[in-house]
Amino acid sequence: MRTFGFNEFWFIVEAARWTIALSLIAFAGGAIGGLLVALGRTAQSLWAQRAAGAFIQIFQGTPLLLQLFLIFFGAPVLGIDINPWVAAGAALVLNSSAFLGEIWRGCIQAIPRGQWEAAEALSLSYVARMRDVILPQAFKIALPPTVGYMVQIIKGTSLAAIIGFTEVTRAGQIINNATFQPLLVFSVVAAIYFVLCWPLSLLAARMERRQARALAR
Amino acid sequence: MNYDFQFGAVFAAWPLLLQGTWTTIELSFLAMVLGLGVAIACAWGKTAGPAPLRFVINAYIELIRNTPFLVQLFFFFFALPALGLRWSAHTAALTAMVVNLGAYATEIIRAGIESIPKGQIEAGLALSLKRHEIFRFVILKPALKAIYPALTSQFILLMLSSSVVSVISADDLTSVAANLQSQTFRSFEIYIVVAVIYLALAMGFSALFRQIYRRTLNYPDRR
Repeated sequence: MRTFGFNEFWFIVEAARWTIALSLIAFAGGAIGGLLVALGRTAQSLWAQRAAGAFIQIFQGTPLLLQLFLIFFGAPVLGIDINPWVAAGAALVLNSSAFLGEIWRGCIQAIPRGQWEAAEALSLSYVARMRDVILPQAFKIALPPTVGYMVQIIKGTSLAAIIGFTEVTRAGQIINNATFQPLLVFSVVAAIYFVLCWPLSLLAARMERRQARALAR
Repeated sequence: MNYDFQFGAVFAAWPLLLQGTWTTIELSFLAMVLGLGVAIACAWGKTAGPAPLRFVINAYIELIRNTPFLVQLFFFFFALPALGLRWSAHTAALTAMVVNLGAYATEIIRAGIESIPKGQIEAGLALSLKRHEIFRFVILKPALKAIYPALTSQFILLMLSSSVVSVISADDLTSVAANLQSQTFRSFEIYIVVAVIYLALAMGFSALFRQIYRRTLNYPDRR
């Protein structure tokens, strides 16, 4: 039986790059998807509103774990070859699209009516109105909750361990199976997540406070 | 796509699915009640307790909120038994859920307490109410109203994330699905049905919570 030494410790730490990579993919994809969802929810077309609403309802109303299972077990059924990387990435992107979309919808709707009307009065097209008037202002409001949501994404990547993707949690399980020192192993795993997430949490809280102060003025 | 969907095997197992659904509801409900107890105590300690206690509570909250639930679950199920604590998967799952929810709900409840204007509390003091009486009669209901949306959506999030406890086979809905999957190999069909059950639960509970709000907390206030 192996004991928990530096090599074992390093194996878990090194797996953090896959956690980080998966988080970045989920965030990048989720940002694109989330923008589409938020624009859909705030669009004039009833059809777009309903489609985006249904998307949010489905992905916020079912567990992330099941979304992961459905993609991982469902893709082969549809004739698509899939590995844990793609399945985890796809599930996390779809899930974050729904959550970020809902966060950003609120931010877009928080922009005062007058701004929309002014843009319309200047006869700006939809693209120009969104790109030059609404979204830059919404972006400022959206920053703190978005940074906060990144913490949720990082924590969410741990579920990829269940379908066999070797990120931090799975690396911890592997080492635990070899060393039988769960207390030590899972403390290290938890510490790695903490080191990744805590700075983001602090940053989000600081941004939120600063914004609250700016609004109170 | 030439896949032959067979839902027969899934629907044939409906008593198991029903039982799993019930276990999920039961686990979530128990975790919510116990977790709220933890959270109320922590929120009180954080607003009124001595500095060392505040530090411990803050550390607990930050630690839980910045690590994944799955890792917390592994900690309770694998690490603590290694220290000599013996408990079932079900108890370990419930404990992990309570500890997890407690941290999130503390912040929500603290926000609720802080939403009460100072003047209200001073008015209570002027009426020579005792501290616990002020909490019970002046703070509790308006605070509950202020945090109701956050608290109920936290409950739904808790119920959905409880699917993770299936990795230690805690008999919940997703565990049932995983067992069925290994017996029938109809994984796609099973997970679709189970996802629909979760969706129905989430929508059902949020409709129920809206009704409760309309009946009990929907009174006019200054805002």
